[in-house]
Amino acid sequence: MIDFTFTEEQEMFRKAAREFAETQVAPHIDEMEKTGEVSDAVVKALGEAEMMAITIPEEYGGLGLGYTERLIAVEEISRVSVATGMMLQVFALGIEPIVKFGSEALKKKYLPGLAKGEKLSTTAVTEATGGSDPTGIRSSYKKDGDNYILNGRKCFITNSHIADTITVLAKDEENPKAFCAFVLDKDLAGWKATHKEHKVGMRGCNTGELAFENCVVPAAQLLGEEGKGLRVTMAAIGDVGRGGMVGVALGLQAACLEESIKFANERILYGKPIAALQTIQNKLADFKIDLEAGRLLGYRAAAMQDKGQRSSNEFAVAKYYTTEACQRAAKMAVDIHGGYGCMEEYAVSRYLRDSYVVGPSAGTSDIMKVIIGRWVLS
Amino acid sequence: MLNIVVCVKAVPDPKEACNIKIDPDTKTLLRCDVPLVLNALDKNAMEAALQLKTQFEAHISVLSMGPPEAGNIVKECLALGADQGFLLSDPAFGGADAFATAFTLAKGIEKIGSFDVVFCGMASSDGSTEWVGPEIATFLDLPVVTLVKEIVDCDGATWKVKASVENGYRLMQVELPAVFTVTREVNTPRTLSFSGIIKARKKEIEQWGINELGVTRETVGLKGSPTIVSELNAQEENKRQAEMISGTRDEKADVLVQKLVDAGVL
Repeated sequence: MIDFTFTEEQEMFRKAAREFAETQVAPHIDEMEKTGEVSDAVVKALGEAEMMAITIPEEYGGLGLGYTERLIAVEEISRVSVATGMMLQVFALGIEPIVKFGSEALKKKYLPGLAKGEKLSTTAVTEATGGSDPTGIRSSYKKDGDNYILNGRKCFITNSHIADTITVLAKDEENPKAFCAFVLDKDLAGWKATHKEHKVGMRGCNTGELAFENCVVPAAQLLGEEGKGLRVTMAAIGDVGRGGMVGVALGLQAACLEESIKFANERILYGKPIAALQTIQNKLADFKIDLEAGRLLGYRAAAMQDKGQRSSNEFAVAKYYTTEACQRAAKMAVDIHGGYGCMEEYAVSRYLRDSYVVGPSAGTSDIMKVIIGRWVLS
Repeated sequence: MLNIVVCVKAVPDPKEACNIKIDPDTKTLLRCDVPLVLNALDKNAMEAALQLKTQFEAHISVLSMGPPEAGNIVKECLALGADQGFLLSDPAFGGADAFATAFTLAKGIEKIGSFDVVFCGMASSDGSTEWVGPEIATFLDLPVVTLVKEIVDCDGATWKVKASVENGYRLMQVELPAVFTVTREVNTPRTLSFSGIIKARKKEIEQWGINELGVTRETVGLKGSPTIVSELNAQEENKRQAEMISGTRDEKADVLVQKLVDAGVL
């Protein structure tokens, strides 16, 4: 028999994450929306609340919890702020390769600071010529004694300008089938964050470009084996990245539903709340169906991940379903709000903008279908 | 070592207030349809204890009376930093009024044993009588200070606290052991932390019924409650009204001030 219930402890983690989001993140949303910049106060609070430590093993200062707990945290924070949920989910993309593929020295060097939130992380794979297809990247490395020389550019990198450590993927200059993943420090000479993007949504979550010019990377910074870097970054993106986006999308769906219920109960039309109208109830039912189905898909994949099973295909299904559903939800929420939905004073207008950034992050819906298609044909 | 007991209550989630139902026969709340949460003012009581623990060597016992599901809020207090949890749960405790609740909690405190300070929230969001704290003190024959808004001096066996009164406060000096009920002004409660939840894994909750407390059925629950709710009436919903005031800025301000005076607001 399958048990679909969360443990009491997981329910308490949800409560903790929700309280954190409502008390520590919500007060900064207006500022983030206005400036488009990351809120230092939110980042500090995320660290103090141990949100970056969730999946880091206890021996390196983390909480040693699983991916289900991480999904709970990302969902609850995204319910309040999609931008903050996205920022948190991408911190994990920088952390996961070190946990899974880092040498003992790298783990000791980076993980304790990342767990405390004193240091921030990200991962850099995407380029103008490759993201979902990482073999298309052009950034390259060349072995030079005990070092690697790194050159190239990365784009659409979340946390690009705030990360202290970054996992970067590059291709062997002489062998297009060999890739390496390195972890770099912010103060390492030869690379820098350049252009900052101005997105339509997720304002307050930093996205930008990185440039590498003859960046000398010591061999000790290599993650995994030389030439097998694709495995390192795909492990991070496939399971952790898609999993995180599921959390972001679920949080956004939940927020759309809650705001819509609230508005539908307050807005009076024909002498009664619009919630009494079947057409509105139909929309609310659609919200609920999508949210329930998305949660089942997402948390099943996370449970598989916690058991050490391969879950990237299941997360592709969940990612497709939930990110598509969050876009439907945001549009329906705006529709239910009528004219008010077009006003920035109402959160649903932010949800609509955010939903369109959730879609392509960690792979578009079309890419998810490519992955799912390969899965069913394999 | 300062031994602190914090009394907490599981109350129906105020966010679900519209779903709360009342038993037409006993006139008590039917708690089964609404999730139970930690009473908001009890969070302030917990926070007061936790702040003392950062200053002094202290042991915090958290005590609640309620159905087995109330164990979750005791667990929550353990995750916030309490050392030990006790749940008084027995079908015989059901339907207790403030008097019977205070009696049962006092018996629980006696069974816990050594204590210097008992903290309670000023009131619960469901009953709102503000009686349980003072009645616990009465049963334990202890001094009580209600409506504590600030702990001024707690270094030693005599404490000084500020207790709220209308338009001010009383500065009270009290010998320990004593009971204090706190207001929301006393502090800002911390939120749950993931590491606190993990630490709580190792903390046990002891559950006691009438046998463990050594009380009879007649003294607890509905049978031990002298208060009888004879009738309950739903309050009519407030009808909001809006009125547009016209005129110059000064004229509008004068009219507005007069209306506020007439309404007794100013």
